[in-house]
Amino acid sequence: MLNNFPLWPVQASTMAQHVDALYIFLLIVTGMVAALVFVCIIYFAARYRHQPGVPAEQIEGSLPLEITWSAIPFLVFLVIFAWGAVVYFQERTPPSDATEVYVVAKQWMWKLEHAEGQREINELHVPVGRDVKLIMTSQDVIHSFFIPEFRIKQDVLPGRYTVEWFHATKPGVYHLFCAEYCGTQHSGMVGDIVVLEPAQYEAWVNSGGSGPLSASGEKMFAELGCGTCHKMDGQGRGPNLQGLFGNPVQLEDGRTVTADENYVRESILDPGAKRVKGFAPVMPTFQGLVNEEQLNALVAYIKSISAPQPARAARAAAPAKGNQVN
Amino acid sequence: MPIADAPQVERETYLNKEYGVWSWLLTTDHKRIALLYLISITFFFFIGGLFALLIRLELLTPAGDLVQADTYNKLFTQHGMVMVFFFLIPSIPAVLGNFLVPMMLGAKDLAFPRVNLLSWYLYIIGGAIMLHCILTGGVDTGWTFYVPFSSNFTNTKFVEAGIAIFIVGFSSILTGLNFVVTIHRMRAPGLTWSRLPLFIWAHYATSIIQLLGTPVLAITIVMVAAERALHLGIFDPRLGGDPVLFQHLFWFYSHPAVYIMILPSMGVVTEIIACFSRKRIFGYGFVAFSSIAIAVFGFLVWAHHMFVAGTSLYSAMVFSLLSYAVAVPSAIKVFNWTATLYKGSIHYDAPMLYAFGFLGLFTIGGLTGLFLAALGIDVHVTDTYFVVAHFHYIMVGGAVMGYLGGMHFWWPKISGRLYPEGWARLAALIVFIGFNLTFFPQFILGYLGMPRRYYDYSHMPEFQVLNVLSTAGSTILGVGYLLPMVYFLWSMRYGKPASDNPWNAAGLEWKTASPPPTFNFEEEPVVTWEAYNYDELDAPHREEVPVAR
Repeated sequence: MLNNFPLWPVQASTMAQHVDALYIFLLIVTGMVAALVFVCIIYFAARYRHQPGVPAEQIEGSLPLEITWSAIPFLVFLVIFAWGAVVYFQERTPPSDATEVYVVAKQWMWKLEHAEGQREINELHVPVGRDVKLIMTSQDVIHSFFIPEFRIKQDVLPGRYTVEWFHATKPGVYHLFCAEYCGTQHSGMVGDIVVLEPAQYEAWVNSGGSGPLSASGEKMFAELGCGTCHKMDGQGRGPNLQGLFGNPVQLEDGRTVTADENYVRESILDPGAKRVKGFAPVMPTFQGLVNEEQLNALVAYIKSISAPQPARAARAAAPAKGNQVN
Repeated sequence: MPIADAPQVERETYLNKEYGVWSWLLTTDHKRIALLYLISITFFFFIGGLFALLIRLELLTPAGDLVQADTYNKLFTQHGMVMVFFFLIPSIPAVLGNFLVPMMLGAKDLAFPRVNLLSWYLYIIGGAIMLHCILTGGVDTGWTFYVPFSSNFTNTKFVEAGIAIFIVGFSSILTGLNFVVTIHRMRAPGLTWSRLPLFIWAHYATSIIQLLGTPVLAITIVMVAAERALHLGIFDPRLGGDPVLFQHLFWFYSHPAVYIMILPSMGVVTEIIACFSRKRIFGYGFVAFSSIAIAVFGFLVWAHHMFVAGTSLYSAMVFSLLSYAVAVPSAIKVFNWTATLYKGSIHYDAPMLYAFGFLGLFTIGGLTGLFLAALGIDVHVTDTYFVVAHFHYIMVGGAVMGYLGGMHFWWPKISGRLYPEGWARLAALIVFIGFNLTFFPQFILGYLGMPRRYYDYSHMPEFQVLNVLSTAGSTILGVGYLLPMVYFLWSMRYGKPASDNPWNAAGLEWKTASPPPTFNFEEEPVVTWEAYNYDELDAPHREEVPVAR
């Protein structure tokens, strides 16, 4: 038991270094404050203990002291706040060219789907030294995707996408925890993050998969008949979806929104919520007709026709075998 | 209660004025209601404590081998619900506040004595429903009962627990209302706002939170119930609702609720430090207004519980900044308490030991709050044992230490008896050691990444050593909490009779008999002195009077 007794978590991502630096700074600052307060208390308690004939000296207070010990902590707090905000900004802002993995959480397992088509359960293989972005949603209750060695965590909600990202710096096997209480087997909703050297990762990718996610999305798109209205030539009853993703969209009610994952998702499930300017409200809802995985595929397809990335598509076009979920 | 060996002739007190069950159950005397609350919250404290011990025993080994997973989930849920709503929130206000607020003001009773009794009955009804819920199956939603798990997925008795919390909330609102009116309207002649004990300022700030915050929790529970029953789409995304909205509403009450727990404790500690340093509190005005500042700013920081919940980047930044703002008045208090010790004449009686314990634990709890308010760090440590350790340092290390300190300080006034000092000092030491051993390892566990509410950690056995330390500490802490209950009960029969003012303390409550008569004072006091006039109390002609017994 004692041989395996860590006091500090492994640092395995770029974010871990940033978080630990701020944590160490805070340990030093709060350690100094605590030491100052405790030394004063212990010294005063010993030095001014009751002695017969020595009355307490009444002191009303001191405005300069009050101002000092209000202002100095506040200034220190501002530094901590600003540093914390900078780290948080990085945590919440995924690089635009990150490799994408779709995550579907359910009681009590993690389903992970790579853009290249590999599917995994409670295990995620990623390459070292590359930005990876997780696009996550839940089929039931709120979960939270937590990798302590990367110092990242993000709640996973039903009915919308949330996003987190990381850049692994060290090959190894790390913890994946569900951090938001989700029912009976909450503590069983754990898994492994397997960080591989690039060459090993390429080998892993090529060992399985069912074709890129965007390709299954394209198939869905055809099966559901989306193309009858969303024509690529712009002459359909619905807007042309080519070049849509990541760009601003003018809405009928005058607002302008950016077409991100959540916009595409909402437009499939609740087409009237953010209707594009100039189009009639004729699209039916697909709520109940597509599950979370199929939605992810559709989103991936719509992304792929906006910003073609031939390199990624080519890499993912590998023969299907092993590692498959269904 | 007849006192056989009382030194003076039998005197009428609030305890012996009437006898019989109905004289208690129908009393409107704030002091008797305080004792009713004392018995009730002690009962719930030991139930909540039992759940805590079972949680710690389960975590002794990584595998889930003591109870079933569902049982474990009910244990931590009910531990939280019982401790928060049925012990911590009523603890100091409903017991010590009820007993002392009118006496410190020189009043005969609270402004609305019958409403005060009603608040206890509401507490008992809520408590009975909670107990029924626990005994007939229990609830497993976590005390935070996040939707959609609580509204659509759990098949345990969430509705019943919600009703219990809804009802007990009104008990808290009524207590707050009573205090606000009493403090405004019933101060003795000469008792200006600047002469009030800081215990009163703390309770005034607490009452404002109870009045303004608790209804929001009640509304939230009604909305969850309405969604379950009528399928209104409020929180459930399948009905077009937003689960994050629930968290906003929940924390809008539940963050200020932390200040309902800690502010009264700060008030208690202020009284104790002044008395046992024989000094006026350093920076009276700053300590008083920092209580109000905490109550006001406390309402503006709720979303710092939600930095990874899916709120926007910029709202997180605003709430982080405001969270640092609320830390400043807490820091001011700690510095002023420390400065009060300077050039004091410090006595080490048990209440002061608890106050020292409070200072140490609250300081650690407050400083670790700075980690959680830092956005970048919060992402890593939220929902881990780091948070568990942090809020136990505040709510147990802070609030319960203050509560126990106050119980010892005012026990002679409440019971008319002295508690055994040696045992009390020993208990204070045991609580302090047991508490730190229980909760300090959890900070390390949390930064290592152990998530909260995990029943089984066999996937990460490397966390066992710290969990064993924590469990060992919890048994020591349990002994520390049992001891005062035993010797307080013992002292009611065998303790030495207390004089009216055994600590030679300032404050109107010490100027009447121990235990006090039903209407507190023989004649209405007139205040001509400032608060904490320990220089006058310790003036040379009083020099040889022993301070404690």
